[in-house]
Amino acid sequence: MKPILSAQDMDKALSRIAHEILETYQNQPVPSLIGIRRRGEFLAQRLLVKIREIRQKGSLDFNSPEEPNLGILDINLYRDDLTRVAEQPIIRETILDFDIEEKVVILVDDVLYTGRTVRCALDALKDFGRPKAIRLVVLIDRGHRELPIKADFVGKNIPTEADDVIHVHMTEVDGEDNVILENEKH
Amino acid sequence: MPENTKPWTKKHLIAIEDLSAEEITQILDTTKSFKEVSSRDVKKVPALRGKTIANMFFENSTRTRISFELAAKRLSADIINFSSSSSSTAKGENLIDTVKTIEAMNVDLVVVRHSASGAPHMIANAIQAGVVNAGDGIHEHPTQGLLDIFTMREKKGSLKGLKVCFIGDIRHSRVARSNIWGLTKMGAEVTVCGPPTLIPAKIEELGVKVSYDVDAILPHMDVLYLLRIQTERQYGLFFPSIREYAGEFGINSRRLARAKKDVLIMHPGPLNRGIELDSSVADGPNSAVLDQVTNGVATRMAVLYLVSGVKNESNR
Repeated sequence: MKPILSAQDMDKALSRIAHEILETYQNQPVPSLIGIRRRGEFLAQRLLVKIREIRQKGSLDFNSPEEPNLGILDINLYRDDLTRVAEQPIIRETILDFDIEEKVVILVDDVLYTGRTVRCALDALKDFGRPKAIRLVVLIDRGHRELPIKADFVGKNIPTEADDVIHVHMTEVDGEDNVILENEKH
Repeated sequence: MPENTKPWTKKHLIAIEDLSAEEITQILDTTKSFKEVSSRDVKKVPALRGKTIANMFFENSTRTRISFELAAKRLSADIINFSSSSSSTAKGENLIDTVKTIEAMNVDLVVVRHSASGAPHMIANAIQAGVVNAGDGIHEHPTQGLLDIFTMREKKGSLKGLKVCFIGDIRHSRVARSNIWGLTKMGAEVTVCGPPTLIPAKIEELGVKVSYDVDAILPHMDVLYLLRIQTERQYGLFFPSIREYAGEFGINSRRLARAKKDVLIMHPGPLNRGIELDSSVADGPNSAVLDQVTNGVATRMAVLYLVSGVKNESNR
């Protein structure tokens, strides 16, 4: 199966998103990045590095020099029945050791599909405080939303059929970077 | 945690004896994640929303019952408390009838504490709901064992080769038994120490070492786990006086000074200050007694979460 995104494509997409974030929040308070486990966590970390590199070049920056806070959200305790996986999901830790009250929070996930995972993330964040705004970064938007949820920053839009499966591979978890579209029928 | 951990398949938690090392590890890892929930401002997750849990305590307990109650509530479950003194058992209703009556109210999970060893096992065979053992006779107290092992792992990093010594009334201790099963499966080195009258014969067959001289083994231990002298029991046949027990086996500051500098002092509570241990030891930097209590809620959250997730064949 040929990847629909190569490692370079993924890297370029992340660089573009990092630029877009800095353009959107130019001269505004530093937003926080919160990755949705599992791969969202690593995407958020990579975004943090890219944002740092762009700020160092000097032309784009937030209104203060500190680094964005980085958090990790495990949404398995907030799933609704329809997103419950057939087996029990593994519960990992949520690590949110900074205040989100009245701050801009950027959720980061790998694939946006029905929107239910993001809905769970919104429920989870509610238990931590009331952010000023929540924005969404996704690497891939594959359509087929079941809830009125949209991404604010998208790496790539990939139209899919309902029975397609998108695999996002990342070095930190899978040993390589790429995105593969799989369909049992082809 | 690895990506492909097997899903939890055990509908009941009756004894650590029935768990594999992988299952124990899964509970400990899940406990770690739930510990974070209790440190938030909003100490609740909706994971068990809509589930009903019955706390059936046929033997008195405040601490364990409250710990299970908090665990259930933090998972958003509904919990009802049943205590035998104020109930139909006082009117002579038998155990199975009592539990089946509660089950008929569509309870999803039953937490049972009973003075008879084997009661939770009997209940599990009689009802459809899942059963979690909160202590049965002198058999096992699995959630206590798990929270103790979690505390040891958290404080010491690794359980393999960890030298743990249980001191006191091993004979009547379900806490010691649960810990021994768990710790030996996880590769720790367990020693039991106490008056010979309080150490069951052939306990070595569980894979533990036996000592009757606490001063001899003290300097080698990483963890000293002190068992409560159950003053509600008649100890007349087991040792001459409580004072003599305290002198021979009590961990006072003199004994603590001879132990490893980073030795962990643990106790299931409630403490008998001046008997099993002195106040200076109980309140000192080596003591993990309060950590055990905190970890108890997280451990019970993990157990309730995992056990509730096992689907019944029949739909109720």
